[in-house]
Amino acid sequence: MALADRDRIFTNVYGLHSPGLEAARKRGAWDGTKFLLDQGIDWIINEMKASGLRGRGGAGFPTGLKWSFMPKEVKDRPHYLVVNGDESEPGTCKDREIMRHDPHLFIEGCMIASFAMRAHACYVYLRGEYIAERIALQKAVDEAYEAKLVGKDNVHGYPFDIYVHHGAGAYICGEETALLESLEGKKGMPRLKPPFPANMGLYGCPTTVNNVESIAVSGTILRRGAGWFAGLGTKNNAGTKLFCVSGHVNKPCNVEEEMGITFRELIDRHCGGMRGGWDNLLCSIPGGSSVPLVPAEQIIDAQMDFDTLRGLQSGLGTAAVIVLDKSTDIVRAIARISYFYKHESCGQCTPCREGTGWMWRVLSRMAEGRAQKREIGMLLEVTKQVEGHTICALGDAAAWPIQGLIRHFRGEIEKRIDQYAGNPHSEPVLMAAE
Amino acid sequence: MDHEPWDSGRARDLIEAHAHREGAALPILHALTDAFGCVPAEAIPMVASALNWSRAEVHGVATFYPDFRREQPGRHVVRLCRSEACQAVGAVALADHARRRLGIGWHETTSDGEVTLEPVFCLGLCARGPSAMIDGEPACDLTPDTLDARLAELRA
Repeated sequence: MALADRDRIFTNVYGLHSPGLEAARKRGAWDGTKFLLDQGIDWIINEMKASGLRGRGGAGFPTGLKWSFMPKEVKDRPHYLVVNGDESEPGTCKDREIMRHDPHLFIEGCMIASFAMRAHACYVYLRGEYIAERIALQKAVDEAYEAKLVGKDNVHGYPFDIYVHHGAGAYICGEETALLESLEGKKGMPRLKPPFPANMGLYGCPTTVNNVESIAVSGTILRRGAGWFAGLGTKNNAGTKLFCVSGHVNKPCNVEEEMGITFRELIDRHCGGMRGGWDNLLCSIPGGSSVPLVPAEQIIDAQMDFDTLRGLQSGLGTAAVIVLDKSTDIVRAIARISYFYKHESCGQCTPCREGTGWMWRVLSRMAEGRAQKREIGMLLEVTKQVEGHTICALGDAAAWPIQGLIRHFRGEIEKRIDQYAGNPHSEPVLMAAE
Repeated sequence: MDHEPWDSGRARDLIEAHAHREGAALPILHALTDAFGCVPAEAIPMVASALNWSRAEVHGVATFYPDFRREQPGRHVVRLCRSEACQAVGAVALADHARRRLGIGWHETTSDGEVTLEPVFCLGLCARGPSAMIDGEPACDLTPDTLDARLAELRA
């Protein structure tokens, strides 16, 4: 059930055509935008709800519903749309392709979304590492201004400004309230919710934060109709999605596919199959580094969508599928992920600040086998203490990969402890070949 | 990619160019980093008075974000991706090789002032790892050999 070319939203993911305005118009961007805006706010929001689009930033919250949370009329405070282009989750590389190769589709989406939430200004927050993307997006924004597609006095008759803001290399700024703090020029430390951004967001004004991909698909959804989008994918997991497949496959790639495609089909059809064949699959981290891993026998025929993966005690996240084969030292791989979260913890909440370092230290000893078996239970306990006890989801993100490891590879950790205990003065257990 | 030497007048111009904006702190610090390669300690009180913040607040922001260095880097900055997907295809060995070859550790500069080595967490080039960013340009599919070739080019 591979996605037909005519159903693709991103027709220039690989940069085979020009990202410029002229070429983008030929591909369908900015086609009838005025007509869409003329249908009115209620129509747009209802279509978005009916399309079943779930936010592409990781949590999968319905986009239309999120838009409808904005106040119904603009009072003394202006409304803002903020687009989260701080794509920092290890393994995720979908938004960059949109911003580099299909920026006009995205800018059009910003215009429509801002209209739907009565915002006249949109801020796009790009991560610090994305330099080529910032240049490409800024160029497209300038083109759109020049063609009077956006701006104070544009052809759509709705004053709208779009600003590209550049972050500075902090993963935590991808969390929506940290992103707002960072936009205001402060340290990117997440805010307590409530108040939610829809009431008190950027500069205390009603704000909605959306992922780049959620915004970029909105124009096409409205043009082709909610029914078309809802007809793709599986129940409650409608539409198409950009998958970023990396790791031990023959041809890692980004590809737009229908939600609910099976893991096996995704890899076989688009990635040239597993390195060393399907028997060589150890496990996969299906949604970026923060979701728990899923072992081979469970993931291999699983449908790649939010609900199925949640059923496997993991998640679709950003659909960054990291594939690991049997050459992987899985304990060390997860230890490395937990180092990432230790490094990126903002330090605001004690469980996360202290817990991430603790978990990393224990895990890196376990990777060599230098630990006690009872520490496995203790480590699991620490992850439960961190999970859900922090302001933002970084604490959860640090805890989940470790819970996944212990759930599925406890035997591997115990084996190493036994090996080390049997010969404590030998070389540490073999580090896997990379 | 030569950086300018510290010049307080130039810094003042850069700060004033952005100080009127809302949320000006990051644009100012970016401008300083683009010009001087870092946010020098001398600049902190200047930014603070321009924004009417305390020095501690500016220091907090400048040290929170990894992209703002405190010291000038070498003429070329090599940022190696240390993230999971790149690791799965050999980033750790590549990083070890780079450190050995350059004779420096993370965040250090070679003694001739040419190359600074920095870690970076995921450049979003996961499908073509191991990846790096060399003077702001992405580089993909690196091996120890191709990295050596790029380093030799930089120094040529």
